[in-house]
Amino acid sequence: MVRDVQLLEKGFSPGKALGLFAKDHPLSGGIASFVGKVRPDGDVKVLELVSYERLTLPGMETLADTVEGRWPLDGLLIHHRTGYLRPGAAIVLVAAAARHRRDAFEAVDFAMDHLKSRSWFWKREKRSDGWHWIEPREQDHEDASRWDI
Amino acid sequence: MAVTVVFIGKMADLAGQGEREVAGPLEWVDLAEVLGEDLAAALGKDRTKIAVNGTVLADKRSLRAQDGDEVALLPPVSGG
Repeated sequence: MVRDVQLLEKGFSPGKALGLFAKDHPLSGGIASFVGKVRPDGDVKVLELVSYERLTLPGMETLADTVEGRWPLDGLLIHHRTGYLRPGAAIVLVAAAARHRRDAFEAVDFAMDHLKSRSWFWKREKRSDGWHWIEPREQDHEDASRWDI
Repeated sequence: MAVTVVFIGKMADLAGQGEREVAGPLEWVDLAEVLGEDLAAALGKDRTKIAVNGTVLADKRSLRAQDGDEVALLPPVSGG
Protein backbone atom coordinates (compact mmCIF):
# COMPACT_ATOMS: atom_id res chain seq x y z
CA MET A 1 0.00 0.00 0.00
CA VAL A 2 1.52 3.31 -1.10
CA ARG A 3 0.15 6.38 0.64
CA ASP A 4 0.53 10.02 -0.37
CA VAL A 5 -1.22 12.46 1.99
CA GLN A 6 -0.47 16.16 1.63
CA LEU A 7 -1.76 19.48 2.91
CA LEU A 8 -0.87 21.98 0.20
CA GLU A 9 -0.36 25.70 0.69
CA LYS A 10 -0.05 26.54 -2.99
CA GLY A 11 -2.01 25.78 -6.16
CA PHE A 12 -1.49 22.33 -7.67
CA SER A 13 -2.28 20.43 -10.82
CA PRO A 14 -4.61 17.48 -10.12
CA GLY A 15 -3.92 16.13 -13.61
CA LYS A 16 -0.20 16.01 -13.02
CA ALA A 17 -0.55 14.45 -9.56
CA LEU A 18 -2.98 11.85 -10.92
CA GLY A 19 -0.63 11.04 -13.80
CA LEU A 20 2.22 10.36 -11.39
CA PHE A 21 -0.07 8.30 -9.16
CA ALA A 22 -1.14 6.16 -12.14
CA LYS A 23 2.49 5.71 -13.14
CA ASP A 24 3.28 4.49 -9.61
CA HIS A 25 0.58 1.80 -9.84
CA PRO A 26 1.06 0.03 -13.17
CA LEU A 27 -0.23 -3.26 -11.79
CA SER A 28 -3.50 -2.00 -10.32
CA GLY A 29 -6.63 -3.04 -12.15
CA GLY A 30 -8.25 0.32 -11.68
CA ILE A 31 -7.81 3.85 -10.40
CA ALA A 32 -10.70 6.04 -9.27
CA SER A 33 -10.27 9.72 -8.54
CA PHE A 34 -12.17 12.85 -7.58
CA VAL A 35 -11.19 16.48 -8.05
CA GLY A 36 -13.02 19.17 -6.07
CA LYS A 37 -12.82 22.77 -7.30
CA VAL A 38 -13.96 26.20 -6.20
CA ARG A 39 -17.31 26.48 -8.00
CA PRO A 40 -17.03 29.31 -10.52
CA ASP A 41 -20.57 30.61 -10.07
CA GLY A 42 -22.40 33.16 -7.94
CA ASP A 43 -20.39 36.10 -6.83
CA VAL A 44 -17.70 34.23 -4.91
CA LYS A 45 -14.44 36.05 -5.46
CA VAL A 46 -12.12 34.13 -3.14
CA LEU A 47 -12.41 30.99 -1.03
CA GLU A 48 -10.27 30.57 2.07
CA LEU A 49 -9.57 27.16 3.57
CA VAL A 50 -8.33 27.36 7.14
CA SER A 51 -6.42 24.50 8.73
CA TYR A 52 -5.07 23.92 12.24
CA GLU A 53 -1.60 22.48 12.36
CA ARG A 54 -2.16 20.21 15.34
CA LEU A 55 -5.24 18.54 13.84
CA THR A 56 -5.61 18.93 10.09
CA LEU A 57 -2.75 16.89 8.64
CA PRO A 58 -2.77 14.34 11.50
CA GLY A 59 -6.52 13.96 10.85
CA MET A 60 -5.90 13.36 7.14
CA GLU A 61 -3.42 10.60 8.06
CA THR A 62 -6.01 9.04 10.38
CA LEU A 63 -8.56 9.21 7.57
CA ALA A 64 -6.07 7.41 5.29
CA ASP A 65 -5.62 4.72 8.00
CA THR A 66 -9.39 4.24 8.10
CA VAL A 67 -9.69 4.01 4.30
CA GLU A 68 -6.87 1.46 4.14
CA GLY A 69 -8.56 -0.55 6.87
CA ARG A 70 -11.89 -0.68 5.03
CA TRP A 71 -10.85 -1.36 1.44
CA PRO A 72 -8.03 -3.44 -0.05
CA LEU A 73 -6.07 -0.81 -1.99
CA ASP A 74 -2.73 -0.72 -3.76
CA GLY A 75 -2.41 3.02 -3.31
CA LEU A 76 -4.18 6.02 -1.83
CA LEU A 77 -3.61 9.71 -2.53
CA ILE A 78 -5.20 12.60 -0.63
CA HIS A 79 -4.11 16.14 -1.49
CA HIS A 80 -6.04 19.05 0.05
CA ARG A 81 -5.42 22.78 -0.24
CA THR A 82 -5.26 25.35 2.50
CA GLY A 83 -5.07 29.12 2.08
CA TYR A 84 -6.73 31.41 -0.47
CA LEU A 85 -8.20 30.01 -3.70
CA ARG A 86 -9.77 31.59 -6.78
CA PRO A 87 -12.88 30.25 -8.54
CA GLY A 88 -11.95 27.29 -10.70
CA ALA A 89 -8.93 26.36 -8.56
CA ALA A 90 -8.55 22.79 -7.33
CA ILE A 91 -9.29 22.28 -3.63
CA VAL A 92 -8.87 18.55 -3.30
CA LEU A 93 -7.70 15.46 -5.16
CA VAL A 94 -8.43 11.96 -3.87
CA ALA A 95 -7.33 8.89 -5.81
CA ALA A 96 -7.38 5.19 -5.01
CA ALA A 97 -5.69 2.37 -6.91
CA ALA A 98 -7.06 -1.12 -6.41
CA ARG A 99 -7.26 -4.55 -7.95
CA HIS A 100 -11.00 -4.13 -8.49
CA ARG A 101 -12.97 -1.01 -9.36
CA ARG A 102 -15.61 -1.16 -6.62
CA ASP A 103 -12.98 -0.83 -3.87
CA ALA A 104 -11.41 2.17 -5.62
CA PHE A 105 -14.76 3.94 -6.17
CA GLU A 106 -15.94 3.40 -2.61
CA ALA A 107 -12.62 4.41 -1.03
CA VAL A 108 -12.68 7.74 -2.90
CA ASP A 109 -16.38 8.32 -2.15
CA PHE A 110 -15.82 7.65 1.56
CA ALA A 111 -12.72 9.86 1.78
CA MET A 112 -14.54 12.74 0.08
CA ASP A 113 -17.56 12.47 2.38
CA HIS A 114 -15.19 12.58 5.34
CA LEU A 115 -13.26 15.57 3.97
CA LYS A 116 -16.46 17.55 3.32
CA SER A 117 -17.93 17.38 6.81
CA ARG A 118 -15.73 15.40 9.21
CA SER A 119 -12.17 16.64 8.64
CA TRP A 120 -10.38 19.58 10.26
CA PHE A 121 -10.96 22.30 7.70
CA TRP A 122 -12.88 25.54 7.87
CA LYS A 123 -14.08 27.37 4.80
CA ARG A 124 -15.20 30.90 4.08
CA GLU A 125 -16.10 32.76 0.89
CA LYS A 126 -15.57 36.37 -0.02
CA ARG A 127 -18.59 37.78 -1.86
CA SER A 128 -19.37 41.35 -2.86
CA ASP A 129 -20.82 41.95 0.63
CA GLY A 130 -17.83 40.50 2.52
CA TRP A 131 -16.66 37.21 4.04
CA HIS A 132 -19.07 34.39 4.95
CA TRP A 133 -18.20 31.19 6.86
CA ILE A 134 -19.53 28.09 5.11
CA GLU A 135 -20.92 25.11 6.98
CA PRO A 136 -21.66 21.73 5.40
CA ARG A 137 -25.11 21.31 3.86
CA GLU A 138 -27.50 18.82 5.43
CA GLN A 139 -26.82 16.64 2.38
CA ASP A 140 -23.11 16.56 3.28
CA HIS A 141 -23.92 15.24 6.77
CA GLU A 142 -26.30 12.65 5.29
CA ASP A 143 -23.59 11.58 2.84
CA ALA A 144 -21.12 11.08 5.69
CA SER A 145 -23.64 9.20 7.84
CA ARG A 146 -23.96 6.53 5.12
CA TRP A 147 -20.58 5.26 6.32
CA ASP A 148 -21.25 5.46 10.06
CA ILE A 149 -18.91 8.41 10.49
CA MET B 1 3.46 30.29 31.55
CA ALA B 2 -0.20 30.45 30.70
CA VAL B 3 -2.87 28.61 28.75
CA THR B 4 -2.82 29.52 25.05
CA VAL B 5 -6.33 29.69 23.59
CA VAL B 6 -6.39 29.36 19.79
CA PHE B 7 -9.45 30.70 17.98
CA ILE B 8 -10.20 28.96 14.70
CA GLY B 9 -12.38 30.27 11.88
CA LYS B 10 -15.55 31.96 13.07
CA MET B 11 -14.24 31.88 16.65
CA ALA B 12 -11.36 34.16 15.62
CA ASP B 13 -13.91 36.65 14.24
CA LEU B 14 -15.79 36.61 17.54
CA ALA B 15 -12.57 36.94 19.56
CA GLY B 16 -11.12 39.61 17.29
CA GLN B 17 -7.80 37.77 17.36
CA GLY B 18 -6.22 34.41 16.48
CA GLU B 19 -5.03 33.47 19.94
CA ARG B 20 -4.84 34.72 23.50
CA GLU B 21 -2.93 33.78 26.63
CA VAL B 22 -5.04 33.30 29.73
CA ALA B 23 -4.11 32.28 33.26
CA GLY B 24 -4.45 28.57 34.03
CA PRO B 25 -6.08 26.41 35.09
CA LEU B 26 -8.89 26.87 32.58
CA GLU B 27 -12.12 24.89 32.88
CA TRP B 28 -15.42 24.82 30.98
CA VAL B 29 -17.21 26.82 33.67
CA ASP B 30 -14.58 29.59 33.37
CA LEU B 31 -15.00 30.15 29.63
CA ALA B 32 -17.87 32.65 29.65
CA GLU B 33 -16.07 34.84 32.16
CA VAL B 34 -12.66 34.56 30.48
CA LEU B 35 -13.75 34.73 26.83
CA GLY B 36 -17.04 36.60 26.92
CA GLU B 37 -20.65 35.60 26.34
CA ASP B 38 -20.51 35.56 22.52
CA LEU B 39 -17.72 32.98 22.41
CA ALA B 40 -19.26 30.98 25.24
CA ALA B 41 -22.57 30.83 23.33
CA ALA B 42 -20.79 29.68 20.16
CA LEU B 43 -18.95 27.03 22.20
CA GLY B 44 -22.26 25.70 23.51
CA LYS B 45 -23.36 24.58 20.04
CA ASP B 46 -23.27 20.83 19.31
CA ARG B 47 -20.84 20.87 16.42
CA THR B 48 -18.39 23.19 18.16
CA LYS B 49 -15.55 21.26 19.75
CA ILE B 50 -12.50 21.86 21.92
CA ALA B 51 -9.04 20.36 21.53
CA VAL B 52 -6.28 20.40 24.12
CA ASN B 53 -2.75 19.97 22.75
CA GLY B 54 -4.09 18.49 19.51
CA THR B 55 -6.50 16.01 21.12
CA VAL B 56 -10.21 16.68 20.64
CA LEU B 57 -12.19 16.30 23.87
CA ALA B 58 -14.98 13.74 23.65
CA ASP B 59 -16.84 15.88 26.18
CA LYS B 60 -15.85 19.54 25.89
CA ARG B 61 -17.36 20.22 29.30
CA SER B 62 -14.56 18.14 30.81
CA LEU B 63 -12.05 20.83 29.77
CA ARG B 64 -9.28 21.21 32.34
CA ALA B 65 -6.25 22.98 30.88
CA GLN B 66 -3.08 23.84 32.78
CA ASP B 67 -0.38 26.43 32.16
CA GLY B 68 1.54 25.45 29.01
CA ASP B 69 -1.47 23.77 27.36
CA GLU B 70 -2.86 24.87 23.99
CA VAL B 71 -6.65 24.97 23.89
CA ALA B 72 -8.20 25.24 20.41
CA LEU B 73 -11.82 26.32 19.92
CA LEU B 74 -13.13 24.52 16.84
CA PRO B 75 -16.32 25.65 15.08
CA PRO B 76 -18.21 23.35 12.67
CA VAL B 77 -15.85 22.01 10.02
CA SER B 78 -16.23 22.29 6.26
CA GLY B 79 -13.72 21.04 3.72
CA GLY B 80 -13.41 19.62 0.23
